[in-house]
Amino acid sequence: MAASKNSKKVNSKAEKAPLYSINSYSGKGSDFDRLIHERTRLAIVSALAANKKLIFSDLKSVLQISDGNLSSHARKLEDAGYISCKKEFDGRVPRTQYALTATGRKALKGYISHMESLIKAMEKV
Amino acid sequence: MLYIAKYLTDMIKRENVSSPSITALHEKADDNLRYIRNSMESATSFTGVSGMGYIITGVSALFAAWLAAQQPSQVLWLVVWMVELLIATAFMLFMTVQKAKRQGESLWSTNGKKLMFAFFPAMTVGGVLTLSFFLQGNISLLPGIWLSLYGAAVMTAGAYSVAIIPVMGVLLLLLGSTVLLTSLSSDLALGLGLGGLHIVFGYFVWRDYGG
Repeated sequence: MAASKNSKKVNSKAEKAPLYSINSYSGKGSDFDRLIHERTRLAIVSALAANKKLIFSDLKSVLQISDGNLSSHARKLEDAGYISCKKEFDGRVPRTQYALTATGRKALKGYISHMESLIKAMEKV
Repeated sequence: MLYIAKYLTDMIKRENVSSPSITALHEKADDNLRYIRNSMESATSFTGVSGMGYIITGVSALFAAWLAAQQPSQVLWLVVWMVELLIATAFMLFMTVQKAKRQGESLWSTNGKKLMFAFFPAMTVGGVLTLSFFLQGNISLLPGIWLSLYGAAVMTAGAYSVAIIPVMGVLLLLLGSTVLLTSLSSDLALGLGLGGLHIVFGYFVWRDYGG
């Protein structure tokens, strides 16, 4: 699946997870999504989950990050099929519009479920 | 989904764990969920305002401007605009609450509160000045004051809303200043500002930000 391939690619340089870190947790473990575990990408997916669509400048304003940073992370999410990117013109001004795909929404729900299972597992300890 | 995150955040707070490592893990999970929730809340401010609400209140303001211009006395003129204010405020509030519900949000979210707190100071001053001028029997300056102060309120509150809302505030402020400093017709300016600008900007919000 494209999403999982990219997920691995993006996190290939991930630092070694310390003991008891969320990264190392393997409760339902295998479905842990490292692609959206990264903070900026998690914020992009979350922001788009709350809106049908957001244009580049508004998304940048919400996240308070640079153009390059947003472009870079958005491209990774787009490559994974988590978000869709539509370029159009508003008069003569080019406008990039982002929206969450069904795959992306599923991934975010999965991530939240993962946190939930993590908490439940800790309850039993 | 926002509610799930909120529930989970609260659930974590109720936890009572003793191991430092497990506590750290809890904190991390708690932090992640809070981060998701905050990101969603921050982004929601972009769509909190109802574009359709603006369009309909704009149409009602155009009608009010026409009706007010027909009135034989200043008191009746003022009554028309006060009734319009009540109707437009109630309708806009209703539309915004409906839109927020559709998006699984609340008007009492962090951004909703910020928006309202930013909106009310200038509007309160407008109310006090309206009462003061009415008691003095001179309401000729009110249209310019209303437009300017409403523009100021929209500019500040718009910082928590979609990016084009503050632009509408600037235009309202400029229009109000023009009325105060020139001989531009008050009813025309109120029709243009509260009618025209609401309809145009309401359309943009409706088209680009989900209703």
